[in-house]
Amino acid sequence: MIVGQQKPFDEIWEMVRGFKKVLVFGCNTCVAISHAGGGKEAEILASMLRMKATQEGLDMQVDNAAIERHCEPEFFEPMMEKVRSYDLVLSTACGVGVNFLADRIGDIPVYPGVNTSFYGAVPKAGFFVELCGGCGNCILHLTGGICPVVRCSKSLMNGPCGGTDKGKCEVSKEIDCAWYLIVERMKKLGTIEQLYTIQPPRNWSTGTHGGPRRLVYEHIMELEEEKKG
Amino acid sequence: MKSGSNLEKVILSGKPAVTAELGPPMSADPHEVVEKAHKLRGWCDAANITDCQTAVVRISSIAAAVIALREGLEPVMQMTCRDRNRIAMQADLLGAAALGLKNCLCIAGDHQKFSSAGRLKGHPGAKNVYDVDTCQLVGIMKKMRDESLQEGGDKIEVPPKFFIGASWTPMGDPMDFRPYNLKKKVDAGADFIQTQGIYDVVTFRSQMEKARNLGLHERTAILGGIIVPRSAMMLKYMDASVAGVTVPKALIDRMTKAKEAAGDDKKMARELQEAEGLKITVELIQQILDIPGVKGVHIQAIEWESAVEGIVKAAGLYPRPTFPAE
Repeated sequence: MIVGQQKPFDEIWEMVRGFKKVLVFGCNTCVAISHAGGGKEAEILASMLRMKATQEGLDMQVDNAAIERHCEPEFFEPMMEKVRSYDLVLSTACGVGVNFLADRIGDIPVYPGVNTSFYGAVPKAGFFVELCGGCGNCILHLTGGICPVVRCSKSLMNGPCGGTDKGKCEVSKEIDCAWYLIVERMKKLGTIEQLYTIQPPRNWSTGTHGGPRRLVYEHIMELEEEKKG
Repeated sequence: MKSGSNLEKVILSGKPAVTAELGPPMSADPHEVVEKAHKLRGWCDAANITDCQTAVVRISSIAAAVIALREGLEPVMQMTCRDRNRIAMQADLLGAAALGLKNCLCIAGDHQKFSSAGRLKGHPGAKNVYDVDTCQLVGIMKKMRDESLQEGGDKIEVPPKFFIGASWTPMGDPMDFRPYNLKKKVDAGADFIQTQGIYDVVTFRSQMEKARNLGLHERTAILGGIIVPRSAMMLKYMDASVAGVTVPKALIDRMTKAKEAAGDDKKMARELQEAEGLKITVELIQQILDIPGVKGVHIQAIEWESAVEGIVKAAGLYPRPTFPAE
């Protein structure tokens, strides 16, 4: 899932303080799980903004709402009329949601209330880790299911580097060395010999280095058109 | 001859090679490079010119290498994968060769968060590159040299002829994989290898045995790395904090004893520790050169270049081989 973290309140306040009618708009999927921007977080943030406005003697209306997903039109189309009645939408969805809404809403600004952090998992409550970089060219079958692109601080394809210390990365003792994990896991899997072959330079154009990415399934688009008649 | 560099000639001669290290300054003043080059020339076959080591901005390796070359010191330019994509790397290699450089060491580079272990501000917020890794950079350099082709396949009219180096951390984690890590660099085309600093000769000897069992000592020239110790504190720091470096307690004890012999006299404590450090260095050089398959030593006297002359003489490695001009 996409993991996000709510922006510092002072930064949010600086963004919204000039607006009269603000909607804090939450998303109940990924960012709700990371306690950043679900309906509950949107409600709390809206009430904090109202208190701050009162403290500063500003005449501001701050409401909150949330929908299931900000990345598909069917969820927020029913809400669009209400959303368009505000001066500002402070979205607590991930960056996908902010962009998607900004593309559709018209002349109303959409600001981010959340920093979109990474694609990650929740090994235990309150702990999130990045496990995929969305590079568009998966090689996990070659590395024991452990991603060197995003879990190695240097994205090495032929690791480890000289910075591994007691299984930890040179960047921080909190970070496991991905290549240490890869080697140890592939030894257990009996596939260590696969690592004796050099991985050639990668084609990074499938990632963010090839310009904005799109994925098109024409047959599905055609079916949808037919349904609409 | 692949490059015609002095280092390559020494290695081909079969005599033990000696490389040293020159760290460029955080300044546009060339004099420090000139001075360091004067301290090193004649005492080593080539000197590595580090590439923004510890992730701190300094005179670029290529520029400092050209300054050193003008002063009569053969440089080993270094190229990290941290700061350049494959376009910049190859452009710099063409330029470096055009300026007369003949040796290049490929390394991953300290991560930008390192910032001189927090001693300097550095640029921890920088974007890194890591388009290719060390193995891949070695392969690119070999393809340019031997096939006159760029990585993407375009033809090179006059190819850059580098003697290609890579680093090896023989005692890094996971240790049983390190000989294979070396093998990949050799398979990619590394002509010479400089290792991380070695104090634990016993473990290095056993890692070298594994490298020999893979036949790597015959396909590349392995130069054992020695970081000249200057104080007990430095040895303790390296043992605790430098990845892939372990310092036997006996060496730390020797340095501590040297320090304590001076009592409260700080100047004398420094002198006694430096003298002991030089003795340790010479012993390490001799022990490392005795290991089958080792073709030379890489002496890193960090910010202490003047020490190299005495070390090389005491180790019986002077005079350095010379070759008639072509």
